[in-house]
Amino acid sequence: MVETLQNLYLGFSTALTPMNFFYGFMGCLIGTLVGVLPGVGPLAGISLLLPTTFGLNPTSAIILLAGIYYGAMYGGSTTSILMRIPGEAASVMTCIDGYAMAQKGRAGPALAISAIGSYVAGTGSVIGLMLLAPPLAKYALRFGPPEYFSLLVLGLLVLGYMTGGSMVKNLAMIVLGLLLGMIGIDHFTGYFRFSYGVVALGDGIGIVPVAVGLFGISEILMTAGQSIRPEVIKPRLKDLLPSKQELRDSVAPIGRGSLLGFLIGIIPGSAHIISTFISYAVERRVSKHPEKFGKGAIEGVAGPESANNAASCGALVPMLALGVPTGPIPAVLLAALMVHGINPGPMLIKEQPVIFWGLIASMYVGNFILLLLNLPLVGIFVNLLRIPYKILYPTILMLCVVGVYAVNSSLVDVWIMTVMGILGYVLRKYDFEPAPMVLGVVLAPIIEMSFRQALAMSAGSYLIFVQRPISVIFFMAALAMILLAMKPLVRKGKDWRERLTKAEKDEKT
Amino acid sequence: MTTDRLSGIVLLLLAVFVMIETRVLPLGTHSRPGPGYLPLLLSSFLAILGIILIVRGRLASSWRSVKWSEGLHALAILAGCVFTMLALETLGYRFTMLILTAFLFGVIERLKWWMVLSLSVGLSFGSFWLFDTMLKVILPRGSLGF
Repeated sequence: MVETLQNLYLGFSTALTPMNFFYGFMGCLIGTLVGVLPGVGPLAGISLLLPTTFGLNPTSAIILLAGIYYGAMYGGSTTSILMRIPGEAASVMTCIDGYAMAQKGRAGPALAISAIGSYVAGTGSVIGLMLLAPPLAKYALRFGPPEYFSLLVLGLLVLGYMTGGSMVKNLAMIVLGLLLGMIGIDHFTGYFRFSYGVVALGDGIGIVPVAVGLFGISEILMTAGQSIRPEVIKPRLKDLLPSKQELRDSVAPIGRGSLLGFLIGIIPGSAHIISTFISYAVERRVSKHPEKFGKGAIEGVAGPESANNAASCGALVPMLALGVPTGPIPAVLLAALMVHGINPGPMLIKEQPVIFWGLIASMYVGNFILLLLNLPLVGIFVNLLRIPYKILYPTILMLCVVGVYAVNSSLVDVWIMTVMGILGYVLRKYDFEPAPMVLGVVLAPIIEMSFRQALAMSAGSYLIFVQRPISVIFFMAALAMILLAMKPLVRKGKDWRERLTKAEKDEKT
Repeated sequence: MTTDRLSGIVLLLLAVFVMIETRVLPLGTHSRPGPGYLPLLLSSFLAILGIILIVRGRLASSWRSVKWSEGLHALAILAGCVFTMLALETLGYRFTMLILTAFLFGVIERLKWWMVLSLSVGLSFGSFWLFDTMLKVILPRGSLGF
């Protein structure tokens, strides 16, 4: 405990230096904007700003980028409540009761509860991250190549399962991502693979062009030509305060949402999205007045908004402790660390305490900044929503080009981004999820290395993956995941994943 | 033909393509897997997934039901992207973005000329100032020094 407090002191002394505080503040501000503007998700936002961090030291860079990530969770609720348009996917559930409250003239309290819930969940889950990540990293030091391989396989399968939609399609996306991640020089033998003489592909295809293409460009292509002029409800500052009853009704949902969100966040998958659906379902189930849900129940805002913030923090646990990203956003954060020469993995906390504890402390500070930013300045953010989409998308497109080009000053990356944009556009038309593909691209080098090292250790015997206790546990869990995914084949009726996909589709339409 | 069956066929063809391409890479042995080992394993798995989609895709919606109403708009944006890639290092960042944004605002979105002019100039030169001058992100200047 004393050691944790000493480390936390180190973290605060890092996070509160004027420069790091400034970057933390900027991250929160940009994150809020990214969350508010529909069509710019946190993934595209972080990817686009990655090149601007090249001149910074690694601690400031990760503080800035993480600020965008959790800041977007705060901002996303604003559009959901005031326009019934989720600023980003994790705010879909907030649309239902948040907008209903706004229509009844209670937009202010909905925004306030959403910000308070996000603050409580954000701060609470930082404590969880602080307590859980170091022992997990210590434990992970026992992992050899077979354990890492089985852990990564499990992670990819869980992601495939939790993403929703067809498991077969999700697995296909993972495999495709892994194959794309193998383009370039084979680090064991020096062979060029699938690069067709393009020297720039020697280092492989980068995570940034893939992520920006699949998420940013494909979104622009999908929404091209839309001329929606949404009605924006503008709350007055004096109406922001929730009533005593609303505060009382929100306490338990915030607590449950925070806990659920943090735990779900640790599991691979689109955790911040899934956690909101589960939190909403739980709140409705435990409520004495379930009939109020959908008509402006404050619990329907408090629970999901707390859950998505806690989940975004929970997702950092495996990323920081094991070096294993659980979704595309932690994957880009991990890539950002690697760009700055930091090797992610169990040794990160021990070898780079300033980065780890600086990030933790900056998140405490950041959550407080976000609370202050999101309530009094909501009127300013709302005005951003009045920018017509036909002005917004060329601007986003331009930023995509800048962001991707600047990573390596390479036009090849811009080509990759465009090709990935077209691919993402077609995939979404045919109900394929791009998120598993992004994670496949990121994990391909680690998964291949651990696979080949494990086989070399066992003189070619695949039994090594089931002979070592930790590895066999991961494989058993992976097997359970496959069996769960096969359940709809033998049982009639829709399972929760199909219901979730249907709900997401209905919400989009 | 259903969407799932079409997807399955594409995945199967892709898997076969990867298998063919893998032939030029050494497979190695089980104890020392070569650079072609895992791609071959993965492409085999992709082929199986493609076959499952073909077999089980009978009940999915028809491929004709997929709406492409925004297709022309999307094509115009992609044309803008291709132009950007061809011109970026020749014309330089500022001119390329000026032309790209003017094309999107003026030709595609049909905004008023003064809005097109002010937005295009503001965005292209403003973003250059922000990223290149302020944030020290190196952007291409082109043969004219712009």
